[in-house]
Amino acid sequence: MFIDTAADFDVRDYLRKEMMPHFLCPGCGHGIALRALLWAIHELGLDKDKLAVVSGIGCAGRLSAYIDANTFHVTHGRPLAYATGLALARPDLHVVVITGDGDCLAIGGNHLIHACRRNLKLTCLMLNNEVYGMTGGQASPTTSETRLTTTTPYGNQEPHFDACALATAAGASFVGREVTHHVPKLKEIIKAGLEHPGFAFVEILSDCTEILGRKNDLGSSPEMIMRQKSEIRPSAYRDTVDTPFRPNVLPTGILTRTDRPEYGAAYRRAAAARAGAS
Amino acid sequence: MNAVDTALTGKNAMKLISGNHACALGAIAAGCRFFAGYPITPSSEIAERLARHLPEVDGVFVQMEDEIASMAAVIGASMGGVKAMTATSGPGFSLKQENIGYAAGTEIPCVIVNVMRGGPSTGMPTRPSQADLMQARWGSHGDYPIIALTPASVGEIYSETIRAFDLAERCRSPVVLLYDQVIAQLSETVALNNAGSLSRTERKWASGPRSAYKPYAGDGDSIPAMARPGAGYRSHTTGLTHGEDGFPTQNPEAVTRNLSRLFSKLERHRDVIDSWEALRCDDADVVIVAIGISARAATRAVELCRAQGLRVGLFRPITLWPFPERPLRQATAQARAVLVPEMNTGQLQLVVERVLGGMPVEALHLFSGEAITPVDIAARAAALARGT
Repeated sequence: MFIDTAADFDVRDYLRKEMMPHFLCPGCGHGIALRALLWAIHELGLDKDKLAVVSGIGCAGRLSAYIDANTFHVTHGRPLAYATGLALARPDLHVVVITGDGDCLAIGGNHLIHACRRNLKLTCLMLNNEVYGMTGGQASPTTSETRLTTTTPYGNQEPHFDACALATAAGASFVGREVTHHVPKLKEIIKAGLEHPGFAFVEILSDCTEILGRKNDLGSSPEMIMRQKSEIRPSAYRDTVDTPFRPNVLPTGILTRTDRPEYGAAYRRAAAARAGAS
Repeated sequence: MNAVDTALTGKNAMKLISGNHACALGAIAAGCRFFAGYPITPSSEIAERLARHLPEVDGVFVQMEDEIASMAAVIGASMGGVKAMTATSGPGFSLKQENIGYAAGTEIPCVIVNVMRGGPSTGMPTRPSQADLMQARWGSHGDYPIIALTPASVGEIYSETIRAFDLAERCRSPVVLLYDQVIAQLSETVALNNAGSLSRTERKWASGPRSAYKPYAGDGDSIPAMARPGAGYRSHTTGLTHGEDGFPTQNPEAVTRNLSRLFSKLERHRDVIDSWEALRCDDADVVIVAIGISARAATRAVELCRAQGLRVGLFRPITLWPFPERPLRQATAQARAVLVPEMNTGQLQLVVERVLGGMPVEALHLFSGEAITPVDIAARAAALARGT
């Protein structure tokens, strides 16, 4: 079903060529995630002029500069808050947020839970590479237990966040997760998120080969990606097999999809009703 | 006709309103159509008024999850081309500072109201102070220029709110509206139909072919034209140091050129930014320099001194930052001494001392959570005028 036959998709149509070469490390999964996003945008036929991409600080935050759209590289942790203002003020724009695990779950955690609750139409892609890569490899809220980082030299003792469980608990009406190994499937989840009439949270399990991988002897990028692939459990399995096929591993796919009123439209409806009544 | 239109255009638009109410109405008159805020005393009435009125003019009000988010949402709305404002008080103003610096560096117009209350920290939420003068100027990290306005009456809050938007849009800069808790919650009669005569400059928008558009070129007056999302320019905005093309650069010449332009931008528009009042300074032996409610008290103090035959005047900066340095030097050219009454431990005094060089500068500091009285100012000014 998911065969990469992107015959009519040329990623270069959506990139700023003047920004090449990009600054991502060899083996970094973020480029794969970016390609999946641009492929989804292409398949949906979104107008680049009406596309706004807001990103925070960190490796993921730098991706907005490569996209040929209206792009905003804002302050650390705040892209969802900036995007909330932009999307409320300009409902004609399609607003996408690109953020990382530190940006979204640590310094920006408050904005995430309230964006989930508010349900304004935004598509939030959280690229989770389990580490603060740009600052040199410190532990993040998603760093696995026992991992070595520059700030956990004796191994990480803090439990890691399950970002999708957090988003679901906070009321997100669309939650999805995928690994970079499954690009066409990732593209489909991002597409579904872009089409969702509300707040869509998509966690993309990316790999930091140069910093986290090297420090923990996790091998080359293909080895890291294959290990990630072995540690997930597609949500389809949950529905078809009574006993979980792979217990105690991360579910992937579209994990939550509910029909809740979109905030911007609800706000404008209430204002119009009040104007009509007066 | 809705309540807002009636208030703003009615023939007898004289209203007895509070300073915060005047700020909200001034924002709507200025064309503000987006407000994001977070509850904080003593500024919450601005948010409450705009929550009610913005939908009536097809605007948007949103109560965000925190002070940082409300500043970010305001900048986000303005990136979309909509005039936007937030309002807060000391602790919230501190939290907003990183994003205010972002707005200064990326040149996104926005208005930030800071109703000053006693501090530091939680301080005295319901008591006035004037202790955020330096935070308004230097609160964010790095070097950046900013505009701050200090109205002294409810009527002036209304007109200065309109001027704040005019300057923000014209200069593509954050503008801080700085006033104390006393005038925020004081009620006075305001003529709202005077707004028509006030300037409302619209932002300079990009025009012409995309290939020729430079998001951070000075365009002759140091103010770059902004690309409205959706207009086909697809430009990049970043808090990283950037070149004229808007993309990150650490090229020393490009960094120096852009930051130099940022500072020259406000300096070149001092003719519209500078604003002050000089009251009976021409023959004054003693000039009082004060802002906000302290300037109101000082106005009365000048009368009290003059009644005793003492030559005392008042210089009141309405634009605090950039500081009206030349007008202050002119107003004090013949003065023997200067008195700076302020509700802090000497923030305005520092500026006045720097601007006036060797001039003796006396200070009257009050940080008890009370306003300075006319009698206290008059007594000090009279003593200075008599040379005692």
